[in-house]
Amino acid sequence: MSELTTARDDTPGRRRATVVVSGVASDAHTWNLVFLELLLSELGFDVANLGACVPDELLVRECLERRPDLLVLSSVNGHGHIDGARAARALRDRSALAALPVVIGGKLGVAGSLTAAQRDELLAAGCDAVYEDSVDAITAFRSFLSALPSRAFR
Amino acid sequence: MTGAVPAAGGRIGLGEFVRRAADAGELVVQPRMGFSSSTAMRAGLLAVKAAPATTVGTITLDSYTRLGDLGAAARAVSAGEDLNGYPIATHPVRTTRAVIDGVRDTAFPVQVRHGSADPRHIFAALVAAGLDATEGGPVSYCLPYGRVPLDESVRNWAHCSELFARLREYSPVEPNLETFGGCMLGQLCPPSQLVALSVLEALFFRRYGVRSIAVSYAQQTNPRQDQEAVRALRRLCAELLPDVTWHVVIYTYMGLFPATPHGARRILTHAVELARTTGAERLIVKTVAEAHRIPTIAENVEALTHAAATAHTVSTTAVPEHEGSDSQTYAEARALVEAVLDSGPDIGRSLLHSFKSGYLDIPYCLHPDNLGRTRSYVDTDGALRWADTGLLPIGHLVRASGRSRVTAAGLMEALSSVRRRYDTVREEVP
Repeated sequence: MSELTTARDDTPGRRRATVVVSGVASDAHTWNLVFLELLLSELGFDVANLGACVPDELLVRECLERRPDLLVLSSVNGHGHIDGARAARALRDRSALAALPVVIGGKLGVAGSLTAAQRDELLAAGCDAVYEDSVDAITAFRSFLSALPSRAFR
Repeated sequence: MTGAVPAAGGRIGLGEFVRRAADAGELVVQPRMGFSSSTAMRAGLLAVKAAPATTVGTITLDSYTRLGDLGAAARAVSAGEDLNGYPIATHPVRTTRAVIDGVRDTAFPVQVRHGSADPRHIFAALVAAGLDATEGGPVSYCLPYGRVPLDESVRNWAHCSELFARLREYSPVEPNLETFGGCMLGQLCPPSQLVALSVLEALFFRRYGVRSIAVSYAQQTNPRQDQEAVRALRRLCAELLPDVTWHVVIYTYMGLFPATPHGARRILTHAVELARTTGAERLIVKTVAEAHRIPTIAENVEALTHAAATAHTVSTTAVPEHEGSDSQTYAEARALVEAVLDSGPDIGRSLLHSFKSGYLDIPYCLHPDNLGRTRSYVDTDGALRWADTGLLPIGHLVRASGRSRVTAAGLMEALSSVRRRYDTVREEVP
Protein backbone atom coordinates (compact mmCIF):
# COMPACT_ATOMS: atom_id res chain seq x y z
CA MET A 1 0.00 0.00 0.00
CA SER A 2 2.54 2.60 1.00
CA GLU A 3 5.79 2.85 -0.85
CA LEU A 4 7.66 1.90 2.31
CA THR A 5 7.22 -1.63 1.03
CA THR A 6 10.00 -1.82 -1.48
CA ALA A 7 11.62 -5.24 -1.07
CA ARG A 8 10.51 -7.69 -3.72
CA ASP A 9 11.46 -11.30 -4.14
CA ASP A 10 11.18 -12.09 -7.80
CA THR A 11 12.22 -15.74 -7.60
CA PRO A 12 10.09 -17.39 -10.31
CA GLY A 13 7.42 -19.74 -9.11
CA ARG A 14 7.74 -18.68 -5.51
CA ARG A 15 4.77 -17.07 -3.85
CA ARG A 16 5.65 -14.76 -1.03
CA ALA A 17 3.45 -15.06 2.01
CA THR A 18 1.21 -12.07 2.51
CA VAL A 19 0.56 -10.33 5.78
CA VAL A 20 -2.10 -7.78 6.51
CA VAL A 21 -0.98 -5.25 9.11
CA SER A 22 -3.76 -3.23 10.65
CA GLY A 23 -4.65 -0.85 13.43
CA VAL A 24 -7.91 -1.42 15.30
CA ALA A 25 -11.07 0.63 15.04
CA SER A 26 -10.47 3.26 17.69
CA ASP A 27 -6.68 3.57 17.50
CA ALA A 28 -5.12 6.42 15.52
CA HIS A 29 -1.48 5.51 16.09
CA THR A 30 0.61 4.61 13.05
CA TRP A 31 4.31 4.39 14.02
CA ASN A 32 3.69 0.85 15.25
CA LEU A 33 2.16 0.02 11.86
CA VAL A 34 4.99 1.65 9.87
CA PHE A 35 7.53 -0.33 11.91
CA LEU A 36 5.71 -3.64 11.49
CA GLU A 37 5.38 -3.07 7.74
CA LEU A 38 9.14 -2.53 7.40
CA LEU A 39 9.98 -5.47 9.68
CA LEU A 40 7.71 -7.92 7.86
CA SER A 41 8.91 -6.72 4.43
CA GLU A 42 12.50 -7.29 5.47
CA LEU A 43 11.54 -10.80 6.62
CA GLY A 44 10.30 -11.51 3.12
CA PHE A 45 6.56 -11.03 3.40
CA ASP A 46 4.33 -9.07 1.09
CA VAL A 47 2.70 -6.55 3.38
CA ALA A 48 -0.60 -4.76 3.02
CA ASN A 49 -0.73 -1.98 5.59
CA LEU A 50 -4.33 -0.95 6.21
CA GLY A 51 -3.30 1.98 8.40
CA ALA A 52 -5.01 3.35 11.50
CA CYS A 53 -8.62 3.27 12.71
CA VAL A 54 -9.72 0.31 10.62
CA PRO A 55 -13.38 -0.49 11.27
CA ASP A 56 -14.20 -4.19 11.77
CA GLU A 57 -16.17 -4.41 8.51
CA LEU A 58 -13.27 -3.02 6.49
CA LEU A 59 -10.85 -5.39 8.21
CA VAL A 60 -13.08 -8.39 7.42
CA ARG A 61 -13.55 -7.25 3.82
CA GLU A 62 -9.81 -6.76 3.26
CA CYS A 63 -9.02 -10.18 4.73
CA LEU A 64 -11.68 -11.85 2.58
CA GLU A 65 -10.32 -10.16 -0.55
CA ARG A 66 -6.63 -10.56 0.13
CA ARG A 67 -6.68 -13.99 1.79
CA PRO A 68 -3.48 -13.23 3.74
CA ASP A 69 -1.35 -15.87 5.44
CA LEU A 70 -1.39 -13.83 8.61
CA LEU A 71 -3.16 -10.86 10.14
CA VAL A 72 -1.18 -8.66 12.53
CA LEU A 73 -3.25 -6.29 14.65
CA SER A 74 -1.40 -3.61 16.54
CA SER A 75 -2.73 -1.10 19.04
CA VAL A 76 -1.20 1.25 21.57
CA ASN A 77 -4.06 3.47 22.79
CA GLY A 78 -5.29 1.28 25.63
CA HIS A 79 -8.50 0.16 23.92
CA GLY A 80 -6.77 -2.74 22.15
CA HIS A 81 -8.21 -5.47 24.33
CA ILE A 82 -11.76 -4.23 23.66
CA ASP A 83 -11.36 -3.44 19.96
CA GLY A 84 -9.11 -6.43 19.29
CA ALA A 85 -11.53 -8.94 20.82
CA ARG A 86 -14.44 -7.49 18.89
CA ALA A 87 -12.47 -7.51 15.63
CA ALA A 88 -11.34 -11.10 16.21
CA ARG A 89 -14.93 -12.22 16.77
CA ALA A 90 -16.01 -10.46 13.57
CA LEU A 91 -13.27 -12.26 11.65
CA ARG A 92 -14.03 -15.66 13.15
CA ASP A 93 -17.72 -15.24 12.29
CA ARG A 94 -16.73 -15.75 8.64
CA SER A 95 -16.00 -19.38 7.89
CA ALA A 96 -13.46 -18.37 5.23
CA LEU A 97 -11.42 -16.65 7.94
CA ALA A 98 -11.84 -19.26 10.66
CA ALA A 99 -8.31 -20.60 10.18
CA LEU A 100 -6.55 -17.31 9.44
CA PRO A 101 -3.69 -16.86 11.91
CA VAL A 102 -4.43 -13.65 13.86
CA VAL A 103 -2.07 -12.03 16.33
CA ILE A 104 -2.41 -8.81 18.30
CA GLY A 105 0.23 -6.77 20.04
CA GLY A 106 1.04 -3.42 21.60
CA LYS A 107 -0.13 -1.56 24.67
CA LEU A 108 -3.50 -3.22 24.92
CA GLY A 109 -4.99 -1.87 28.16
CA VAL A 110 -5.23 1.53 29.83
CA ALA A 111 -3.60 0.35 33.05
CA GLY A 112 -0.29 -1.05 31.84
CA SER A 113 -0.37 -4.81 31.31
CA LEU A 114 -3.56 -6.73 30.74
CA THR A 115 -5.28 -8.74 33.42
CA ALA A 116 -5.36 -12.49 32.89
CA ALA A 117 -9.08 -12.19 32.14
CA GLN A 118 -8.52 -9.54 29.45
CA ARG A 119 -5.83 -11.66 27.88
CA ASP A 120 -8.00 -14.76 27.98
CA GLU A 121 -10.82 -12.84 26.35
CA LEU A 122 -8.59 -11.91 23.41
CA LEU A 123 -7.57 -15.54 22.99
CA ALA A 124 -11.15 -16.78 23.38
CA ALA A 125 -12.30 -14.24 20.79
CA GLY A 126 -9.98 -15.80 18.24
CA CYS A 127 -6.51 -14.29 18.57
CA ASP A 128 -3.79 -16.92 18.22
CA ALA A 129 -1.22 -14.92 20.15
CA VAL A 130 -1.10 -11.74 22.26
CA TYR A 131 2.11 -9.71 22.47
CA GLU A 132 2.21 -7.06 25.12
CA ASP A 133 4.69 -4.26 24.84
CA SER A 134 7.94 -5.58 26.32
CA VAL A 135 11.55 -6.15 25.33
CA ASP A 136 10.72 -9.75 24.45
CA ALA A 137 7.65 -9.06 22.36
CA ILE A 138 9.38 -8.74 18.98
CA THR A 139 11.51 -11.84 19.64
CA ALA A 140 8.40 -13.82 20.57
CA PHE A 141 6.60 -12.47 17.51
CA ARG A 142 9.47 -13.54 15.25
CA SER A 143 9.41 -17.06 16.68
CA PHE A 144 5.69 -17.15 15.93
CA LEU A 145 6.42 -16.06 12.35
CA SER A 146 9.04 -18.74 11.80
CA ALA A 147 6.63 -21.38 13.08
CA LEU A 148 3.86 -20.28 10.70
CA PRO A 149 2.69 -23.13 8.46
CA SER A 150 3.06 -20.81 5.51
CA ARG A 151 3.67 -21.79 1.92
CA ALA A 152 6.28 -19.07 1.69
CA PHE A 153 8.68 -20.92 3.93
CA ARG A 154 8.66 -24.10 1.91
CA MET B 1 -30.19 28.62 32.15
CA THR B 2 -32.05 30.88 29.76
CA GLY B 3 -30.05 30.70 26.54
CA ALA B 4 -28.20 27.92 24.80
CA VAL B 5 -24.94 29.18 26.21
CA PRO B 6 -24.53 29.77 29.93
CA ALA B 7 -23.64 33.34 30.88
CA ALA B 8 -19.95 33.80 31.44
CA GLY B 9 -20.20 36.42 34.17
CA GLY B 10 -16.97 38.34 34.33
CA ARG B 11 -14.96 35.36 33.21
CA ILE B 12 -12.12 35.71 30.71
CA GLY B 13 -11.23 33.20 28.02
CA LEU B 14 -8.13 31.08 27.64
CA GLY B 15 -6.43 33.55 25.29
CA GLU B 16 -6.83 36.50 27.64
CA PHE B 17 -5.83 34.36 30.63
CA VAL B 18 -2.60 33.35 28.91
CA ARG B 19 -1.88 36.95 27.87
CA ARG B 20 -2.25 38.17 31.45
CA ALA B 21 -0.01 35.39 32.74
CA ALA B 22 2.64 36.19 30.13
CA ASP B 23 2.50 39.88 31.10
CA ALA B 24 3.15 38.80 34.68
CA GLY B 25 6.11 36.67 33.55
CA GLU B 26 4.37 33.37 34.28
CA LEU B 27 4.49 30.33 32.01
CA VAL B 28 1.07 28.71 31.82
CA VAL B 29 1.27 24.93 32.22
CA GLN B 30 -1.36 22.39 31.34
CA PRO B 31 -1.75 18.60 31.45
CA ARG B 32 -3.41 16.13 29.14
CA MET B 33 -6.08 14.54 31.29
CA GLY B 34 -9.34 12.75 30.74
CA PHE B 35 -11.37 10.13 32.61
CA SER B 36 -14.56 8.27 31.75
CA SER B 37 -16.19 9.09 35.05
CA SER B 38 -17.44 12.61 35.65
CA THR B 39 -16.46 12.37 39.32
CA ALA B 40 -12.85 11.54 38.43
CA MET B 41 -12.86 14.23 35.74
CA ARG B 42 -13.93 16.89 38.21
CA ALA B 43 -11.42 15.68 40.80
CA GLY B 44 -8.68 15.90 38.17
CA LEU B 45 -9.59 19.47 37.24
CA LEU B 46 -9.70 20.50 40.91
CA ALA B 47 -6.26 18.98 41.51
CA VAL B 48 -4.80 20.79 38.50
CA LYS B 49 -6.34 24.04 39.66
CA ALA B 50 -4.83 23.58 43.14
CA ALA B 51 -1.35 22.75 41.81
CA PRO B 52 1.37 25.30 42.71
CA ALA B 53 1.51 26.63 39.15
CA THR B 54 -0.36 28.89 36.72
CA THR B 55 -2.53 26.23 35.15
CA VAL B 56 -5.16 25.63 32.51
CA GLY B 57 -7.39 22.61 33.02
CA THR B 58 -7.84 19.97 30.37
CA ILE B 59 -10.66 17.66 29.45
CA THR B 60 -9.12 15.11 27.09
CA LEU B 61 -11.72 13.07 25.25
CA ASP B 62 -11.65 9.30 24.75
CA SER B 63 -10.88 7.83 21.36
CA TYR B 64 -14.38 6.43 20.71
CA THR B 65 -15.72 9.96 21.03
CA ARG B 66 -12.93 11.30 18.81
CA LEU B 67 -13.95 8.86 16.10
CA GLY B 68 -17.65 9.52 16.49
CA ASP B 69 -18.35 5.93 17.63
CA LEU B 70 -20.79 7.09 20.28
CA GLY B 71 -22.34 3.62 20.52
CA ALA B 72 -19.04 2.16 21.68
CA ALA B 73 -18.55 5.04 24.12
CA ALA B 74 -22.03 4.52 25.57
CA ARG B 75 -21.53 0.75 25.89
CA ALA B 76 -18.19 1.27 27.64
CA VAL B 77 -19.68 3.81 30.05
CA SER B 78 -22.60 1.57 30.98
CA ALA B 79 -20.33 -1.46 31.31
CA GLY B 80 -18.06 0.54 33.59
CA GLU B 81 -15.06 0.05 31.25
CA ASP B 82 -12.29 2.57 31.75
CA LEU B 83 -12.03 4.76 28.67
CA ASN B 84 -8.89 6.69 27.75
CA GLY B 85 -10.67 10.02 28.14
CA TYR B 86 -13.90 11.85 28.98
CA PRO B 87 -16.83 10.94 26.70
CA ILE B 88 -18.23 14.46 26.39
CA ALA B 89 -20.88 13.58 23.81
CA THR B 90 -22.11 10.60 25.85
CA HIS B 91 -22.50 12.07 29.31
CA PRO B 92 -25.58 14.32 29.54
CA VAL B 93 -24.86 18.05 29.09
CA ARG B 94 -25.84 18.67 32.72
CA THR B 95 -23.17 16.20 33.82
CA THR B 96 -20.44 18.08 31.96
CA ARG B 97 -21.75 21.40 33.29
CA ALA B 98 -21.55 19.95 36.80
CA VAL B 99 -17.96 18.81 36.14
CA ILE B 100 -16.82 22.38 35.42
CA ASP B 101 -19.26 24.26 37.66
CA GLY B 102 -17.33 26.27 40.24
CA VAL B 103 -14.03 24.86 38.93
CA ARG B 104 -13.65 26.71 35.65
CA ASP B 105 -13.47 30.45 36.34
CA THR B 106 -11.43 33.57 35.57
CA ALA B 107 -8.44 32.05 37.31
CA PHE B 108 -8.81 28.67 35.65
CA PRO B 109 -9.79 28.22 31.99
CA VAL B 110 -10.63 24.71 30.83
CA GLN B 111 -9.78 23.42 27.37
CA VAL B 112 -11.21 20.40 25.56
CA ARG B 113 -8.61 18.27 23.74
CA HIS B 114 -9.60 15.55 21.34
CA GLY B 115 -8.15 14.53 17.94
CA SER B 116 -11.10 14.34 15.57
CA ALA B 117 -11.34 14.90 11.84
CA ASP B 118 -15.10 15.06 12.23
CA PRO B 119 -15.59 16.98 15.47
CA ARG B 120 -19.14 18.24 14.88
CA HIS B 121 -20.61 16.26 17.78
CA ILE B 122 -17.68 17.34 19.97
CA PHE B 123 -18.12 21.05 19.25
CA ALA B 124 -21.88 20.69 19.78
CA ALA B 125 -21.31 19.01 23.16
CA LEU B 126 -18.65 21.40 24.41
CA VAL B 127 -20.56 24.50 23.35
CA ALA B 128 -23.73 23.14 24.99
CA ALA B 129 -21.77 22.64 28.20
CA GLY B 130 -20.55 26.24 28.10
CA LEU B 131 -16.93 25.49 27.20
CA ASP B 132 -15.09 27.90 24.91
CA ALA B 133 -11.53 26.62 24.42
CA THR B 134 -10.50 23.67 22.30
CA GLU B 135 -7.95 22.59 19.72
CA GLY B 136 -7.26 20.61 16.56
CA GLY B 137 -7.29 21.49 12.90
CA PRO B 138 -8.32 20.28 9.44
CA VAL B 139 -4.91 18.77 8.62
CA SER B 140 -3.40 17.99 12.00
CA TYR B 141 -6.45 16.05 13.19
CA CYS B 142 -6.90 14.24 9.92
CA LEU B 143 -3.70 13.04 8.28
CA PRO B 144 -2.00 11.52 11.30
CA TYR B 145 -5.20 9.90 12.53
CA GLY B 146 -7.51 7.47 10.90
CA ARG B 147 -9.11 7.39 7.51
CA VAL B 148 -11.38 10.41 7.12
CA PRO B 149 -10.61 11.95 3.69
CA LEU B 150 -8.84 15.30 3.93
CA ASP B 151 -11.55 17.14 1.99
CA GLU B 152 -14.16 15.96 4.49
CA SER B 153 -11.98 17.05 7.38
CA VAL B 154 -11.51 20.50 5.83
CA ARG B 155 -15.29 20.80 5.41
CA ASN B 156 -15.96 19.65 8.98
CA TRP B 157 -13.38 21.98 10.49
CA ALA B 158 -14.60 24.95 8.44
CA HIS B 159 -18.11 24.34 9.75
CA CYS B 160 -16.99 23.89 13.36
CA SER B 161 -14.58 26.84 13.35
CA GLU B 162 -17.29 29.10 12.02
CA LEU B 163 -19.84 28.01 14.63
CA PHE B 164 -17.26 28.18 17.40
CA ALA B 165 -16.20 31.72 16.43
CA ARG B 166 -19.84 32.82 16.69
CA LEU B 167 -19.87 31.98 20.39
CA ARG B 168 -18.69 35.52 20.98
CA GLU B 169 -22.15 36.71 19.95
CA TYR B 170 -23.61 34.95 22.98
CA SER B 171 -20.88 35.37 25.55
CA PRO B 172 -18.36 38.03 26.57
CA VAL B 173 -15.66 35.37 26.39
CA GLU B 174 -13.62 35.22 23.18
CA PRO B 175 -13.53 31.55 22.12
CA ASN B 176 -9.99 30.22 21.73
CA LEU B 177 -8.91 27.64 19.17
CA GLU B 178 -5.47 26.03 19.17
CA THR B 179 -3.90 24.43 16.12
CA PHE B 180 -2.38 20.99 16.60
CA GLY B 181 -0.33 21.56 13.42
CA GLY B 182 2.93 21.75 15.34
CA CYS B 183 2.76 18.05 16.14
CA MET B 184 2.03 15.94 13.01
CA LEU B 185 2.69 12.31 14.02
CA GLY B 186 4.63 13.46 17.06
CA GLN B 187 8.08 12.83 15.68
CA LEU B 188 10.29 12.77 12.60
CA CYS B 189 8.56 15.65 10.83
CA PRO B 190 11.25 18.30 10.26
CA PRO B 191 10.47 21.51 12.21
CA SER B 192 9.97 23.76 9.18
CA GLN B 193 6.92 21.80 8.07
CA LEU B 194 5.53 21.77 11.64
CA VAL B 195 5.88 25.55 11.77
CA ALA B 196 4.28 25.92 8.34
CA LEU B 197 1.30 23.74 9.25
CA SER B 198 0.77 25.50 12.56
CA VAL B 199 0.65 28.85 10.76
CA LEU B 200 -1.54 27.53 7.93
CA GLU B 201 -4.10 26.08 10.32
CA ALA B 202 -4.12 29.34 12.25
CA LEU B 203 -4.84 31.14 8.96
CA PHE B 204 -7.62 28.61 8.34
CA PHE B 205 -9.18 29.36 11.75
CA ARG B 206 -8.95 33.10 11.11
CA ARG B 207 -10.61 32.65 7.72
CA TYR B 208 -13.63 31.23 9.58
CA GLY B 209 -13.81 34.04 12.10
CA VAL B 210 -11.74 32.85 15.04
CA ARG B 211 -9.89 35.78 16.62
CA SER B 212 -8.15 34.17 19.58
CA ILE B 213 -5.73 31.53 18.40
CA ALA B 214 -2.96 29.39 19.86
CA VAL B 215 -0.23 28.05 17.57
CA SER B 216 1.60 24.94 18.64
CA TYR B 217 5.04 23.47 18.33
CA ALA B 218 6.01 20.04 19.63
CA GLN B 219 9.51 19.69 21.08
CA GLN B 220 11.61 17.59 18.71
CA THR B 221 15.11 16.11 18.87
CA ASN B 222 17.51 19.05 19.18
CA PRO B 223 17.09 22.04 21.53
CA ARG B 224 18.85 24.52 19.25
CA GLN B 225 16.77 23.51 16.26
CA ASP B 226 13.63 23.75 18.39
CA GLN B 227 14.50 27.30 19.46
CA GLU B 228 15.03 28.23 15.85
CA ALA B 229 11.65 26.71 14.98
CA VAL B 230 9.68 28.54 17.68
CA ARG B 231 11.31 31.85 16.73
CA ALA B 232 10.41 31.17 13.09
CA LEU B 233 6.86 30.39 14.19
CA ARG B 234 6.60 33.67 16.12
CA ARG B 235 7.96 35.65 13.21
CA LEU B 236 5.56 34.09 10.71
CA CYS B 237 2.62 34.68 13.06
CA ALA B 238 3.66 38.31 13.51
CA GLU B 239 3.81 38.68 9.74
CA LEU B 240 0.69 36.76 8.75
CA LEU B 241 -1.67 37.11 11.72
CA PRO B 242 -1.52 40.81 12.56
CA ASP B 243 -5.25 41.11 13.21
CA VAL B 244 -5.90 38.30 15.70
CA THR B 245 -4.52 37.62 19.14
CA TRP B 246 -2.27 34.59 19.28
CA HIS B 247 0.13 32.85 21.60
CA VAL B 248 2.49 29.92 21.28
CA VAL B 249 1.94 26.63 23.07
CA ILE B 250 4.79 24.13 23.34
CA TYR B 251 4.04 20.42 23.59
CA THR B 252 6.53 18.45 25.62
CA TYR B 253 8.00 15.74 23.39
CA MET B 254 5.26 13.76 21.64
CA GLY B 255 7.34 10.83 20.37
CA LEU B 256 8.57 7.70 22.14
CA PHE B 257 9.05 9.10 25.60
CA PRO B 258 11.90 8.46 28.07
CA ALA B 259 10.95 5.47 30.21
CA THR B 260 12.91 6.42 33.35
CA PRO B 261 11.64 9.01 35.83
CA HIS B 262 14.88 11.02 35.54
CA GLY B 263 14.72 10.95 31.74
CA ALA B 264 11.08 12.02 31.75
CA ARG B 265 11.75 14.90 34.15
CA ARG B 266 14.79 16.06 32.23
CA ILE B 267 13.03 16.22 28.88
CA LEU B 268 10.22 18.17 30.57
CA THR B 269 12.86 20.53 31.98
CA HIS B 270 14.16 21.07 28.45
CA ALA B 271 10.64 21.75 27.18
CA VAL B 272 10.26 24.43 29.86
CA GLU B 273 13.60 25.93 28.82
CA LEU B 274 12.47 25.92 25.20
CA ALA B 275 9.32 27.82 26.15
CA ARG B 276 11.18 30.32 28.32
CA THR B 277 13.95 31.07 25.84
CA THR B 278 11.58 31.58 22.91
CA GLY B 279 8.84 33.56 24.60
CA ALA B 280 6.28 30.75 24.31
CA GLU B 281 3.42 31.49 26.68
CA ARG B 282 2.02 28.03 27.46
CA LEU B 283 3.33 24.49 27.84
CA ILE B 284 1.59 21.12 27.77
CA VAL B 285 3.49 18.82 30.11
CA LYS B 286 4.13 15.10 30.08
CA THR B 287 4.57 12.89 33.12
CA VAL B 288 6.90 10.13 34.29
CA ALA B 289 4.16 7.64 33.37
CA GLU B 290 4.06 8.70 29.71
CA ALA B 291 6.09 5.77 28.37
CA HIS B 292 4.08 3.24 30.35
CA ARG B 293 0.41 4.18 30.68
CA ILE B 294 -2.11 6.95 31.07
CA PRO B 295 -0.92 9.11 34.01
CA THR B 296 -2.73 9.46 37.31
CA ILE B 297 -3.94 12.82 38.60
CA ALA B 298 -1.03 12.89 41.08
CA GLU B 299 1.52 12.25 38.34
CA ASN B 300 0.08 15.10 36.31
CA VAL B 301 0.19 17.44 39.30
CA GLU B 302 3.81 16.45 39.89
CA ALA B 303 4.70 17.28 36.27
CA LEU B 304 2.90 20.64 36.46
CA THR B 305 4.69 21.45 39.72
CA HIS B 306 8.07 20.51 38.25
CA ALA B 307 7.44 22.57 35.11
CA ALA B 308 6.34 25.65 37.06
CA ALA B 309 9.29 25.43 39.45
CA THR B 310 11.69 25.06 36.51
CA ALA B 311 10.10 28.00 34.71
CA HIS B 312 10.90 30.21 37.70
CA THR B 313 14.59 29.31 37.44
CA VAL B 314 14.93 30.18 33.74
CA SER B 315 15.27 33.87 33.01
CA THR B 316 12.63 35.27 30.71
CA THR B 317 14.85 37.83 29.04
CA ALA B 318 12.53 39.21 26.43
CA VAL B 319 13.82 38.09 23.08
CA PRO B 320 13.06 40.61 20.35
CA GLU B 321 10.41 39.17 18.06
CA HIS B 322 12.79 38.72 15.13
CA GLU B 323 16.03 37.85 16.81
CA GLY B 324 17.48 34.56 15.63
CA SER B 325 14.46 34.05 13.41
CA ASP B 326 16.20 34.53 10.09
CA SER B 327 17.15 30.90 9.92
CA GLN B 328 17.05 27.82 7.74
CA THR B 329 13.87 26.75 9.52
CA TYR B 330 12.26 30.14 8.86
CA ALA B 331 13.26 30.09 5.19
CA GLU B 332 11.83 26.60 4.66
CA ALA B 333 8.65 27.31 6.62
CA ARG B 334 8.11 30.58 4.78
CA ALA B 335 8.55 28.83 1.40
CA LEU B 336 6.03 26.14 2.36
CA VAL B 337 3.46 28.66 3.60
CA GLU B 338 3.88 30.86 0.51
CA ALA B 339 3.51 27.93 -1.87
CA VAL B 340 0.21 27.01 -0.21
CA LEU B 341 -1.11 30.57 -0.07
CA ASP B 342 -0.10 31.18 -3.70
CA SER B 343 -2.11 28.20 -4.89
CA GLY B 344 -5.45 29.97 -4.48
CA PRO B 345 -7.57 32.45 -2.53
CA ASP B 346 -9.32 29.87 -0.34
CA ILE B 347 -7.11 28.43 2.38
CA GLY B 348 -9.10 25.21 2.70
CA ARG B 349 -8.85 24.45 -1.01
CA SER B 350 -5.22 25.49 -1.04
CA LEU B 351 -4.45 22.98 1.69
CA LEU B 352 -6.15 20.20 -0.29
CA HIS B 353 -4.38 21.18 -3.48
CA SER B 354 -1.04 21.37 -1.70
CA PHE B 355 -1.24 17.87 -0.28
CA LYS B 356 -2.36 16.53 -3.65
CA SER B 357 0.57 18.14 -5.42
CA GLY B 358 3.12 17.42 -2.71
CA TYR B 359 3.75 21.03 -1.61
CA LEU B 360 2.97 19.63 1.81
CA ASP B 361 3.90 16.03 2.55
CA ILE B 362 4.30 14.44 5.97
CA PRO B 363 7.10 11.87 6.27
CA TYR B 364 5.90 8.36 7.20
CA CYS B 365 2.23 9.36 7.22
CA LEU B 366 0.07 6.44 6.03
CA HIS B 367 -3.05 8.48 5.24
CA PRO B 368 -4.21 7.96 1.64
CA ASP B 369 -4.34 11.74 1.04
CA ASN B 370 -0.68 12.21 1.95
CA LEU B 371 1.63 11.74 -1.02
CA GLY B 372 4.32 9.99 1.02
CA ARG B 373 7.34 11.05 -1.01
CA THR B 374 9.26 12.73 1.83
CA ARG B 375 11.61 11.08 4.30
CA SER B 376 13.47 12.41 7.30
CA TYR B 377 16.16 11.26 9.69
CA VAL B 378 17.81 12.20 12.95
CA ASP B 379 21.28 13.54 12.19
CA THR B 380 24.36 12.87 14.32
CA ASP B 381 23.92 16.22 16.10
CA GLY B 382 20.39 15.19 17.04
CA ALA B 383 18.76 17.57 14.55
CA LEU B 384 15.89 16.42 12.36
CA ARG B 385 16.73 16.71 8.68
CA TRP B 386 15.24 15.89 5.32
CA ALA B 387 16.47 12.70 3.69
CA ASP B 388 14.13 13.33 0.78
CA THR B 389 12.11 16.50 0.22
CA GLY B 390 9.85 14.82 -2.33
CA LEU B 391 7.94 17.54 -4.18
CA LEU B 392 8.11 20.09 -1.36
CA PRO B 393 8.88 23.57 -2.73
CA ILE B 394 12.06 23.80 -0.68
CA GLY B 395 14.44 21.95 -2.99
CA HIS B 396 16.42 25.17 -3.52
CA LEU B 397 16.90 25.55 0.25
CA VAL B 398 17.76 22.01 1.30
CA ARG B 399 20.51 19.69 0.29
CA ALA B 400 18.76 16.41 0.98
CA SER B 401 21.07 13.67 2.15
CA GLY B 402 19.72 10.94 -0.07
CA ARG B 403 19.56 8.69 2.99
CA SER B 404 16.09 7.60 2.05
CA ARG B 405 16.45 3.84 2.42
CA VAL B 406 14.51 3.14 5.58
CA THR B 407 14.79 -0.14 7.47
CA ALA B 408 12.75 -1.32 10.44
CA ALA B 409 15.82 -1.16 12.68
CA GLY B 410 16.77 2.29 11.35
CA LEU B 411 13.27 3.60 11.89
CA MET B 412 13.16 2.19 15.42
CA GLU B 413 16.51 3.75 16.17
CA ALA B 414 15.34 7.15 14.93
CA LEU B 415 12.04 6.84 16.76
CA SER B 416 13.72 5.91 20.02
CA SER B 417 16.77 8.20 19.80
CA VAL B 418 15.31 10.74 22.22
CA ARG B 419 14.21 8.11 24.71
CA ARG B 420 17.66 6.54 24.62
CA ARG B 421 19.46 9.83 25.04
CA TYR B 422 17.37 10.95 28.01
CA ASP B 423 17.22 7.60 29.76
CA THR B 424 21.01 7.38 29.78
CA VAL B 425 22.31 8.85 33.01
CA ARG B 426 24.43 11.72 31.86
CA GLU B 427 24.56 15.37 32.80
CA GLU B 428 25.15 16.88 29.38
CA VAL B 429 22.45 16.54 26.76
CA PRO B 430 23.30 18.32 23.52
